[in-house]
Parts: sequence; structure tokens; C-alpha cells
Amino acid sequence: MNNDTKNILIVGVGGQGVLLASELLSEVAVESGLDAKKSEVHGMSQRGGVVSSHVRFGPKVYSPIIPYGQADIILSFEQAEGLRAIDWLSPTGTIIVSKTRLVPPAANFGGIGYPDDPIAELNKLTKNVIAVDADRMALDLGNIRLVNTILLAVASSFLDFKRETWEAAIRALVKPKFVDINLKAFAQGCALTARKVKV
Amino acid sequence: MKKILSGNEAVARGAYEAGVKLAAAYPGTPSTEILENIAESYPSIYAEWSPNEKVAFEVGIGGSMGGGRSLVAMKHVGVNVAADPLMTFSYTGVNAGFVLISADDPAMHSSQNEQDNRYYAKFAQIPCLEPSDSQEAKDMVRTAMEISEKFDTPVMLRMTTRVSHSKGVVEFNDPVEYSGNKFDHDFDKYVMIPRNARVRHHVVVKRQAKLEEYTGNSPLNRVEEYGSKLGIITGGISYQYVKEIVPEIDVLKIGMSFPLPLRLIKEFVEAHERVIVVEELEPYYEEIIRAAGMTSVEGKKYFGREGELAPYEVAVGLHKAGYIDSVPEPYTGPAELFPRPPVLCPGCPHRGVFAALRKLRLTVTGDIGCYTLGGLDPLGSLHTCICMGASIGNAIGMEKVDGSDKGIVAILGDSTFLHSGITGLLDAVYNKSNITVIIADNRITAMTGGQQHPATGRTLMGEETKAVDFVELVRALGVESVRAIDPLKYDETLEVIQEEVDRPGPSVIITNQPCVLMPKRIMETPYEVDLELCNGCSLCFRLGCPAIYPSQEKNKRGKPKAEIDPTLCTGCTLCAQVCKPEAIILTRAVEKV
Repeated sequence: MNNDTKNILIVGVGGQGVLLASELLSEVAVESGLDAKKSEVHGMSQRGGVVSSHVRFGPKVYSPIIPYGQADIILSFEQAEGLRAIDWLSPTGTIIVSKTRLVPPAANFGGIGYPDDPIAELNKLTKNVIAVDADRMALDLGNIRLVNTILLAVASSFLDFKRETWEAAIRALVKPKFVDINLKAFAQGCALTARKVKV
Repeated sequence: MKKILSGNEAVARGAYEAGVKLAAAYPGTPSTEILENIAESYPSIYAEWSPNEKVAFEVGIGGSMGGGRSLVAMKHVGVNVAADPLMTFSYTGVNAGFVLISADDPAMHSSQNEQDNRYYAKFAQIPCLEPSDSQEAKDMVRTAMEISEKFDTPVMLRMTTRVSHSKGVVEFNDPVEYSGNKFDHDFDKYVMIPRNARVRHHVVVKRQAKLEEYTGNSPLNRVEEYGSKLGIITGGISYQYVKEIVPEIDVLKIGMSFPLPLRLIKEFVEAHERVIVVEELEPYYEEIIRAAGMTSVEGKKYFGREGELAPYEVAVGLHKAGYIDSVPEPYTGPAELFPRPPVLCPGCPHRGVFAALRKLRLTVTGDIGCYTLGGLDPLGSLHTCICMGASIGNAIGMEKVDGSDKGIVAILGDSTFLHSGITGLLDAVYNKSNITVIIADNRITAMTGGQQHPATGRTLMGEETKAVDFVELVRALGVESVRAIDPLKYDETLEVIQEEVDRPGPSVIITNQPCVLMPKRIMETPYEVDLELCNGCSLCFRLGCPAIYPSQEKNKRGKPKAEIDPTLCTGCTLCAQVCKPEAIILTRAVEKV
């Protein structure tokens, strides 16, 4: 198997900006001179269902899907979705999870309910959990939709890409009127990792 | 120039580079973005949303006959709709090049079945190309056009979800100038009356022999040699998974899968101790290869024919085959987790209709679109879903065998009604069926991401156009009772549906609220729950609205009261209308979030 390929799995709920985050990440990889592939599913899954996007980059990438159990980083925009995705994490991988809690209507009716504390459960499964209060940060910045950029900024400290390349990708791919606020969110996410999690 | 493109974007680019003049499609996941990209990025190509795939295919035939390279795109099940012209166009052949993009959906991420459309190529006796990434998708459009003209045949380019919706780096080429011959009144070639069709069938059979010769020598099929004893035959996305798992095994990569390069395959099989076929869905290559006498070749023994393959499945298959010693154990997370199925959006106008249908306990035949989600709990009031337009015919048949006194309702969307519901409704009138048809008109093709259609007043290329008037159309078909309702007015919706179900003869109800997401996002002042008034009755929960969630606060019986997420609530008011204690009220202090 090809160990030169980095595998990032991004998960969340329809409407949280999973696809934009994976666009940004793959753009940064390609602009940094690497081969990159990404894969996700459109359509039905966007209606409030689970959304996941696989991003892979390295000297030469074949499969657009991450082999099971080999994600170097999982970015989860929602607590319990982190739990759903955990099987993809490599034993040496890190999961970065937003404390966002989105309880689907289906979990209100019998059956299996929404877990009380998904992050505590994640901590039981792996040591490498970084939980981020991205919801609060995004709301403080004035837009809940910034959770994706904040988490991406946290992930950026694990990846060998230049800050300028990230910022250029945000300028290139985000709608013009949201560029400034996204750059600000990115900066805050970066500041967070510099302070809290030294890696 | 290099750019990272999805397979669908790459097909659009390929159409441009191949000098395509006309492109037509009906939206359907995973094919939709092809035409969207053509219209957005390559305005030199005439691009249209057709009312359905059959019409798109026929428009494409016209384009080809008229002398312009033409491309039509559809999802796998769309090819069923277009199968009639496809089968005979194979006989007439083309004037300018014609390529059919079939975007298959293994694992049914957004489809009602996972049929393997490579069989269509074999069935219609037309060449089939299978790209395995975005670069190939782009390049193969041009190659397909050339094959189409060289062999006088339509060509199928078969994508799958993982090729269509994965992105990879693509190297661009300059577009070619293509100028074809004008339409020629060639009666023998283009008029498929039996006398001519018999001759053309013979032409198809002879063409087949030439294509077999071509595929054997084409660089579309290639051997990658590393000197292994095991050889793998694979194509499409499966090729990438094989390379991921066993990068240094000899591979025969199939790029042209109809006709298969049997001579090349035979050489490959003879040169290896053991040969395994790795392909997604049906044993398409395997059957043909084994039928050609190479019975030692293995395949589906180790790989399922349901769903998608992925690197892990390929590893497991090769492990079963005894080739890989062990398969890495993935992390084991929680055994069971709550489901998060797709749901109707907050504020979706379909919600009001389904809440009323559930209350009336009617049998509802359904159709393909966002509103199919009305079948899921807690709304749970859609009871069939077969294919585009099927709801009306299903309702008629059910009513004919079940007696006309029972209210049977068919529900389908605006785009689906125009796609293939009109003929069903004509049948209901003609054969005097006592059914009620609800056209849930949200004025957009919503499920596929918001495409225009003949009733929106706008074309794919952004021009204004005449919009079909549903009321006039339905009346012209002979329906006497046609009612318009606001589906977000719960009592009115309930009342009108009940009245129409009770009325003898076919009737039609048309809803009048637009989709909340497209073309414009609708966001009114959100509502909130007065927790002192809320009695925890859960009526609002039963609307299945993602904005309503259980509060930490409980009622006397320990059941949770409701709260509303102001960032999700669109202010549609439906929950306020069903709330008995009137606890759901307009948010007082409005904070813009």
C-alpha cells in the first residue's frame, strides 16, 4: 500500500460546508505541487443527511476513496458524526471534532437515541481527540457556517502547507462577500492550535 | 494547463475540446453537473435541459444528424427512458459524432436501483468506454466522438458515481474545430421502416466485427506489466482500487468494455498462472470472458455484485482469493449509532402536504424527488416509489383493483410531472379513474440541486422562456377538478385533499409554495417555543422538521418539551399551526445569526 499518501476524511451534516472544506483542502494540495483526489456523494445525502468527503494527496494518488482505517485526520463538524466516522481513523490518526450538536428528527422517536456525550465516547476509543468549540467561535464571528473553516484551520497545523496557500485558496473558492470573514475564522482557528495543542 | 476537476466537470471540458455543438440532458444524480458545467463554462455549446431523457436523446440524435457533434447525459435509470431511441439509433448510425453519457450509481447513493448499464451497450451493440478518473473522462469524450464517426455508431461513455463525483488533476488540451456534413436526405439510412431496418441491422453486425478489431489494438485497453504470476483484469473506478491495494501486480486495464478486446485478454490469460477479474456490480467482463472459453478466469467468487467496491473491499476479495495474507483491521467504533437519514429541509413546503396525508391516513403512490422523503418516519405517508412518473399509473391500477370508493392519492413534483406524469394523468382521465393527483409544485427540480424545467420560465442557458401553466395543461388533458393550495396552510390543505378524495372522477391539486432553498433561500423570522406553554405533546416533533429538537425540560410525564433552533427555522409556521397549546410563537427578540 502507498504510504506517501495523506488521507483526510471530512464529515458532517448536509448544509455544514463539508464540500467547501474539501474543495479548499484539495486546492491547497494541488497548489502545493502534489497530486490530489477527492470523493464525495451528492444528491440525497445533502438533505440533512450524513455528508462525508474523502481528500487524498501525495506524489501519486490512485483511489479517490480512503482505504478503511487509514485516515490520518478526521475532521468532524458535528460531535456524533465523529463517532460514526471513527472506523476510518488510522491508529496513529487524529480526530478534530467540533462540539456542534445536531440532533436529527429521527433520533426523537424511539430506536437509538442521540448519544449523551459523543466526545467522551470518542475519548474512550482514541487518545488523539481534539474537540473544538467551533460553534461558539463561529457564532461570535457572526455566522454558524464558519465551523468548517475554523476546523480546517486547526487541521492545517498538522499539514505541511503554507499559510499563504490556504489564504489564497479561500480567496479563490469562497464567495467574494464571505472571503474576509472566512479569513478571520481561519486565523482564529490557527491561533487556537498555536495556543492549545502543540503538535 | 492543469486543474482539479470532478469527472463530470471533466466530461464538460472534454465536450468542449471535442468541438461538441449540442448537449442535452435531464438532471439526475450523479450526472447533473455535466450539463450545468457545459452551460456555465462553455457557452459556445448549445445546452438544454430537456423534459426527460428520451427527449434529450432524440434532440441529440437530431444534432448528430444535422451535422454537429452531440452529447447527451443522464443517470443510469435515465437510459431506460431513452432506451427506445437508443436501440434504433444504433441501426441508423450517426452523421456527426454522438456520445451518450450514462452515469451509473453503484450503491444507490441517490437512486432507486443499481443497474449496470454496460449491458445496454452490449444490448444496443454500441461501443462502451469506461473512464477510471477525471483525466480519462475528459480524454475519452474526444476519443468516443472519433469512434462514433469512424464506425458510424452512437457511443456510450459509462461513468459511475465515484468517477463522476471524485475530483482529480486534469491536463487541458485545445479544442478542435469540427465541421460536419449537413443533414443528407438518406432515406435508407435514417428512415427505419422494416425494409430499411433489416438492411441496417446487417450493417450493425458488420460494424461489430470492425469494432472487435479496433478494440484489440486500441490504447484504451492496456497491459501494465510487473512480471507477476497473478494477473488482474479491471476497469473503471475498480482499476484505481486495484492499484491502491496491489500496485505491482500485472493489470489488464479495460478502457473499452464493448466490445471487449478478447484477443488481448486471451494473451493476458495465457501469460499468467491465474487471472482474477475485479469489477463493480455485475460480472459483465467475467461472463463475456468465460463465455469466450477462458473458464479458468475468476471474479465474482471473491467480490460482491451488490453495492460499490472500495480499496478495502478489493483487499478483502484478494484475501479471500488467497492472494493477500491479511487484511488490516479497522478501528472499531460503536456498534450501533442513531441513523441520520436525509430529511425534508426546515420550511420545506412538502411537509404540509405529508402532514395532511398522514392525518387522513390515505394510501399514497409516490414518485422520484425530494418528496419521496415523505415516506420516512415520522411523516411516513408515501407508500410506493418505482420510477419517474410512476405514481399516477400506480394509483390508477390500485384503484381499478381495489374499488373506486377508497381514496388513493398520487403525489409527484412539478419536474417529475412534466418528465413523465402527463401521460399517466391522461390515462386517468381517459379510463375514468377515481384518483387524486397532487402536483407538489415547488417550481424547481430540487432533489438534483435546483435545475430549471419547462414550467420555471428559464432555460439552462439562462434565457427567459414560456412557462407551462399547470392548471391550463391539466384542464386541457380533461381534468375537471383542479385546485390550487398553499401547502403551508395546514387546515386548508387537509380540507382540500379530503374534498378531492371524496369527489368522483380524477382530480388534481397543485401546491403553490416554492422550494425554500432554490433559486432563493427563504428565511423569515424564526419561531420559538414558550416552554411554559409547551406541554410536551410531541405533535410538532411529528412534522420531522430538523429545526425542532427535544428540550432538556420535560413535561409531567417525563417527556421532553420542544425547542426550535433559530439558525435552522425558516418561519414557515407549520409547527405553530399544529401546536394545540399555542406554545410556538414568533421569536420576540430577533437576533440575526
